[in-house]
Amino acid sequence: MRSLIDILDLSTEEIDQLMDCAEDIIANPELYEDKCRGKKLATLFYEPSTRTRLSFEAAMLELGGKVLGFSDGQSSSAAKGESIADTARVVSAFADIMAIRHPKEGAPLVAAMNATIPVINAGDGGHNHPTQTLTDLLTIRREKGRTDSLTIGLCGDLKFGRTVHSLLQAMSRYDGIRFILISPEELQVPEHVKTDILETGNLSYMETDSLMQVIPDLDVLYMTRVQRERFISEADYVRLKDTYILTPDKLKIARRDLSILHPLPRVNEIPSLIDSDPRACYFKQVLYGKYIRMALILKLLEVD
Amino acid sequence: MRIDTIVEGVVIDHIPAGGGMELYRYLGLDKLRCQVALIKNASSTKMKRKDIIKISGNIDINLDILGYIDPGITINIIKDSKIILKHHPPLPERIIDVVRCRNPRCITASEQDISHIFKLTDAKKGIYRCVYCDTRAERDRTR
Repeated sequence: MRSLIDILDLSTEEIDQLMDCAEDIIANPELYEDKCRGKKLATLFYEPSTRTRLSFEAAMLELGGKVLGFSDGQSSSAAKGESIADTARVVSAFADIMAIRHPKEGAPLVAAMNATIPVINAGDGGHNHPTQTLTDLLTIRREKGRTDSLTIGLCGDLKFGRTVHSLLQAMSRYDGIRFILISPEELQVPEHVKTDILETGNLSYMETDSLMQVIPDLDVLYMTRVQRERFISEADYVRLKDTYILTPDKLKIARRDLSILHPLPRVNEIPSLIDSDPRACYFKQVLYGKYIRMALILKLLEVD
Repeated sequence: MRIDTIVEGVVIDHIPAGGGMELYRYLGLDKLRCQVALIKNASSTKMKRKDIIKISGNIDINLDILGYIDPGITINIIKDSKIILKHHPPLPERIIDVVRCRNPRCITASEQDISHIFKLTDAKKGIYRCVYCDTRAERDRTR
């Protein structure tokens, strides 16, 4: 029985297979509509989420399965003090697979260590969010036709952004990837991410605080939200939240085939007037997220 | 100062001076019923000063943690008053319930029954990270 806790739990071959499967689902959805008939997905969401939870639920429903769960820790047994381990054992009796989001880092791993069904990490605090990374990879492959030989700019909050760290980890395993890390000094990629991922892997990367300066070089621009909940000081949040806003002026000098990604929700770093630009991929990205989760559920349930 | 020669047991040598007590606590030697000698600031040609721990008797303690504490330590296994095995401890792949994760956002901070597990992520630099949150292990010197 397999679980997905960290994106590195999957080899690049497995990720490529998942993306192949997702592309087949996109091309032939009717072949998959009964694949999970009789199976149940439990969604254990201890903190608020719209996209991820609905994406998982939509994925299971489109595979012909059913869903159950909760979307707020206060309405679960956790409010009565039940441990993650016990909840995982209990849910194993009711469902065939579970997706768990929890504010504490490592909670999904604890669930996986105690569950008797596959566990999917749907986000654990600022730590991991592997299905977002799979979504990002599928989006890049669909939009660029490849996942290698790309210049990828990551912009905004690179310090607290879990999706950024996971994407760096996952993309660093493909050949010819060049990263451009665009952020103010306060929100730069943490030292351990640089040493463990970028420098250990001998990867090509540069850091800058100017989006304008580097945007013409980019194949992919991955924008991120400056998240209020990751700051201890409200004053720091207010000072930095508007630092990197993608304006039409900046896009004028970008490549015509640039792909703009964002894990969403956005605040104001991408104004809505950019949405009609053909280079904006973030709403397509949401859709790809559902397909890659369908592929993942099939893989973990070992459904052919 | 005279410390009797051990007939059977373990001598942990080349402990950096001042580190013997920490190691004594990590290994839980206070719980043993056999004779244990902690020698502090012994003369050493290699280290100038070192600590030594001598444990007498056929004991069953997990010495894996020594590699994490200091791979330069020497473990001597004694039988019939002779050293039958002398080696430097390798870095253990995992250390369990020896150091605590200091990350307040880690699940181990809010659920007390979970073991604190660290895995070796960089053997060259001897870096261990929490399996739950990837926070780097820091030695707990207050133990």
